[in-house]
Amino acid sequence: MHTLTIAGLRRKLAAREVTPVEVIENLAARISAVDPQIQGYLAVSVEKAIEEAKNVNLDLPLGGIPIAIKDVIAVEGEQNTCGSKILQPYRSPYSATVIQKLRAAGAIPFGRCNLDEFAMGSSTENSAYQKTRNPWDLSRIPGGSSGGSAAVVAADEAFAALGSDTGGSIRQPAALCGCVGLKPTYGRVSRFGLTAFASSLDQIGPFSKTVEDSALILNAISGLDAHDSTSVNLPVPDFTADLGKDIKGMKLGLPKEYFIDGIDPQVLAAVRAAVDHYASLGAEIIDVSLPYTEHAVGVYYIIATAEASANLARFDGVRYGHRAQGGHNLLEHYLKTRAEGFGPEVKRRIILGTYVLSSGYHDAYYLHAQKVRTLIRRDFTDAFEKVDAIICPTSPTPAFKIGEKSNDPLAMYLADIFTIATNLAGLPGISLPCGFADVDGKKLPIGLQLLGKSFDESNLLRLAHAYEQSTDWHKARPEW
Amino acid sequence: MSQPDFDVRHIANLARIALTDDEAATFQAQIGQVLDHVAKMRTVDVTGIEPTAHAFPVFNIFREDVPRDWFTPAEALANAPHSANQLIVVTKVLD
Repeated sequence: MHTLTIAGLRRKLAAREVTPVEVIENLAARISAVDPQIQGYLAVSVEKAIEEAKNVNLDLPLGGIPIAIKDVIAVEGEQNTCGSKILQPYRSPYSATVIQKLRAAGAIPFGRCNLDEFAMGSSTENSAYQKTRNPWDLSRIPGGSSGGSAAVVAADEAFAALGSDTGGSIRQPAALCGCVGLKPTYGRVSRFGLTAFASSLDQIGPFSKTVEDSALILNAISGLDAHDSTSVNLPVPDFTADLGKDIKGMKLGLPKEYFIDGIDPQVLAAVRAAVDHYASLGAEIIDVSLPYTEHAVGVYYIIATAEASANLARFDGVRYGHRAQGGHNLLEHYLKTRAEGFGPEVKRRIILGTYVLSSGYHDAYYLHAQKVRTLIRRDFTDAFEKVDAIICPTSPTPAFKIGEKSNDPLAMYLADIFTIATNLAGLPGISLPCGFADVDGKKLPIGLQLLGKSFDESNLLRLAHAYEQSTDWHKARPEW
Repeated sequence: MSQPDFDVRHIANLARIALTDDEAATFQAQIGQVLDHVAKMRTVDVTGIEPTAHAFPVFNIFREDVPRDWFTPAEALANAPHSANQLIVVTKVLD
């Protein structure tokens, strides 16, 4: 049962071939069997989920479907560690809007997925709790920061999961674990109840085994929310409506800046083959240029760290979370609490963010980066005058070894080179499986990335679905 | 390292994070490398370019100012590391 897609599980539930309680029990058994090796979950509340499953309405669009949740999205009564020691004692007093919406659609939030601390990282090695393994090769990272969400979907320990994407944290782990990962347009999905990392970049989105399943989840979680004033008041279409439609004549842009030296040759070959496949399906391939791409990583690590330094000021050991013992005055209390509670990557980013906002440096770094961000957005606006979507790799390499980049933050940051600009421009992006690299005798998944116009997820999903359904890559599963 | 202005101890103090000597040395070097990488971005000509603070700027989002049920005092205090008499106990502010 655990290998089913959401759509497949829905059919079995609707036909009463299986009950929602049996689904939870089956999944819990699968997690017990597999997760000691994968280590994708930080916590699983089986009894609570079974109680919820007993009362679920199977007529709803996601009735009875369990969905794993990245441990940075609040579910009332559950932990929300954000992968950090500073929130180890914390229990969420309310549920995020996406959780309320999932429940309203009949879904059951089930399991808390591991992540890089406060979603800062590209390998999930920055979790204060455990190192999640890539299901295709346990010596390798699953990507990050939503590495737990990606790994549990890939290892069939979840039918689908929610993650968050600030600079690629959904798409990159989806690529490295061989599943589908969708970052919606900024503003499409409410961020209320998502612990803020970089508020102008963060967006919640799904991980799934198929494009259709991502569309089903997006249907449930999208829409305006009075609790998030950056959520956008636009109609939410049925994102499954255009799946299966012809893509003949649709225009795909090939950005030369995303096909550069340093890309793994097997990744390059797989993505080029996917481009050819789109051409064979009738899509028109058009060369485009995004000239400011080379500055995206620099802009991102100024803006994201600046926003993080402000957002993470709230973790001060006063109202919730870890509080250090022995601080004799308030300054000592803060210094010790934050020194004990945060891990090295979070400290690095808060310090960098504080620096670029500090007196005398704000204009040279932060304001300048915001202006270059305008130029990066303009690149995409210009390109989208000519094309319906952009096609490129998700990650320049397949999954790397655990420990390979953990002492070199800059090398780790450059792993996000193809995903970051999307967040700076607020655009939707999707990663889907497009092949495998042979590395040291192991098969490692390769991800294809499609980037769309603002609020044009329907066409993005239509394009992704057309590729997926005419290839077999998404059917390959790691042996577990 | 080409970032002589960056003093990790001063900035960490502004960010209210105590550093060990090892952390200070490591972060000084690592953040210096990141700033070196960022230096190229700082050379981009941005004359006449407006800054982007949000991908989709929205302004003046209002909602009705009406009271509604939210946390009870017990719920609001449930996560406090130290509380008494329905109040959060904090470290001494004034010496």
